[in-house]
Amino acid sequence: MNQSDKRMLEILACKARMGAIIGTFHAKSGHPGGSLSAADMFTYLYFKEMNVDPSNPQWADRDRFVLSKGHCCPSLYAVLALKGYFDWKELESLRHVGAMLQGHPDMKGTPGIDMSSGSLGQGVSAACGMALAAKLDQKDYRVYTVLGDGECEEGEVWEAAMFAGHHNLDNLTVIVDCNGLQIDGTTEEVGGVEPLDTKFEAFGLDTVIIDGHDFDQIEDALNQAKKSDKPFAIIMKTVKGKGVSFMENQVGWHGKATNAEEFKIAMAELEKQLAELEA
Amino acid sequence: MAEIITKATRVSFGEALSELADTNPNIIVLDADLAAATNTAIFKKAHPERFFDCGIAEANMVGVAAGLATAGKIPVAASFAMFATGRAFEQIRNSVAYPNLNVKIAGSHAGISTGEDGATHQCLEDIGIMRTIPGMVVLNPADHWEMKAATKAALEYQGPVYIRLGRLAVDSFNDPETYKFELGKGITLREGADITVIATGLCVLESLKAVDELRKEGKSVRLINIHTIKPIDRELVIKAAKETGRIITVEEHNVIGGLGDAVCEVTSSECPVPVRRIGVYDQFGYSGPAKELLDIFGLTAPNIKKVILEELDKK
Repeated sequence: MNQSDKRMLEILACKARMGAIIGTFHAKSGHPGGSLSAADMFTYLYFKEMNVDPSNPQWADRDRFVLSKGHCCPSLYAVLALKGYFDWKELESLRHVGAMLQGHPDMKGTPGIDMSSGSLGQGVSAACGMALAAKLDQKDYRVYTVLGDGECEEGEVWEAAMFAGHHNLDNLTVIVDCNGLQIDGTTEEVGGVEPLDTKFEAFGLDTVIIDGHDFDQIEDALNQAKKSDKPFAIIMKTVKGKGVSFMENQVGWHGKATNAEEFKIAMAELEKQLAELEA
Repeated sequence: MAEIITKATRVSFGEALSELADTNPNIIVLDADLAAATNTAIFKKAHPERFFDCGIAEANMVGVAAGLATAGKIPVAASFAMFATGRAFEQIRNSVAYPNLNVKIAGSHAGISTGEDGATHQCLEDIGIMRTIPGMVVLNPADHWEMKAATKAALEYQGPVYIRLGRLAVDSFNDPETYKFELGKGITLREGADITVIATGLCVLESLKAVDELRKEGKSVRLINIHTIKPIDRELVIKAAKETGRIITVEEHNVIGGLGDAVCEVTSSECPVPVRRIGVYDQFGYSGPAKELLDIFGLTAPNIKKVILEELDKK
């Protein structure tokens, strides 16, 4: 990837992180930790990878995205706003009564959301259905889904992985945001979900492990996925809370919004990062 | 009188699916390793390229159906009623009904008439479970002709539908020449002034037998077939309550949550009249031949007749 593209992505990802902090601050709730860990992947998908048209969100031939870890929508919403699906100001009414942006993704109300999600394990099955529909219609759109590592404790994830492998859905890319933390502690302490790469391989997916904050590795992995003749799983190692120092690797920031003081500190950190990137 | 066709509604369903798919390429059928039992195997044979066995994994099957529906397909996900509505309840609620996707859920082997398989497979809760989900249409057809028409209506309807299929072969009582299925509309099979029996599914024919015997004995008993439990035909229920003053409901389901409750929900607010609910009284079933179990649980004509007489005596 050339340096200017990478810089553009880093700037957008930083803004997406700001959007996640702004949204959850105004909502006085929500999930900043996982929103920040997956922000780089969301940014890459919508600005480099996926064939989408924000002026025509229902375009039949578009690539599809399912946020199986639906609670991490604050940064996805920010990316969709940056992409032009809706106004950035919408982020300030996240989770409010009557707002367009629901606490978990709502495909009926939010342009750019291809599947309602939030109940863990379900999005990946819907992504399989979309990938199957593309095959039936002999269309070449691709389907992407992002799961949490804790989410992989859900049995439905493995039902879906078996289905994807069995029906050889090579147009499906499953991305696991491995930030290592879930509500009750580390994924190692709580569910023992690792190793994930060999599990997905056993279910018939090609697999790669990458650093989920490195755009070169993200690009390389997604290119491998397109070349693979099998469904593809990208196990991306990430830092929960990435970009806000006091949130990084802290389990307590899974599902808690900043207070006014924390908001100021978080935004100042991200603004400093943005200024450096834009310099 | 039309010819009587003795056939399980699951077979009628499989036939209808296959026929409808001949002219509608968007119909896709998913099953969870029960195609031979749900009779989606009939569809599979005719349209193998549009049939997908999801294996014994109902939750994923419903999710896959949701994904297919987002791309304009009309997926039908079939399993036993117990697993389709029980195991995959939350997938139906969150991945299908909340986004209002055009998915049809078919639950076979519903009710006590599943028979020998026993309590784990005799689903007596599916109607209640499905009825609590906003926007879900709940269908329980009674015979061959009604099932064929209901399947067509379900597939033409835009939105989530649950359709209940029976294992036991039952005699048809509708006349295909005159039968008309309208989603959400009950069918008055017999007019009567003193009491109304409202039945659904295979209990309709048993109720018909009971009502016809009583009519011969000079009783004025109305009989309504409710094939669409949600949205229920409020108008017809209210009319029956007002005109006959007393209602008996008959269903092969727990009395909690099913047709009886759906009727009471209408009458209690619009026209409170006594409603006696015949069904399974909040208990599990057990193994045995279907017909014997239906008798034991009081879901056949003799008990229905007895209850009608008891209720008529109270007037």
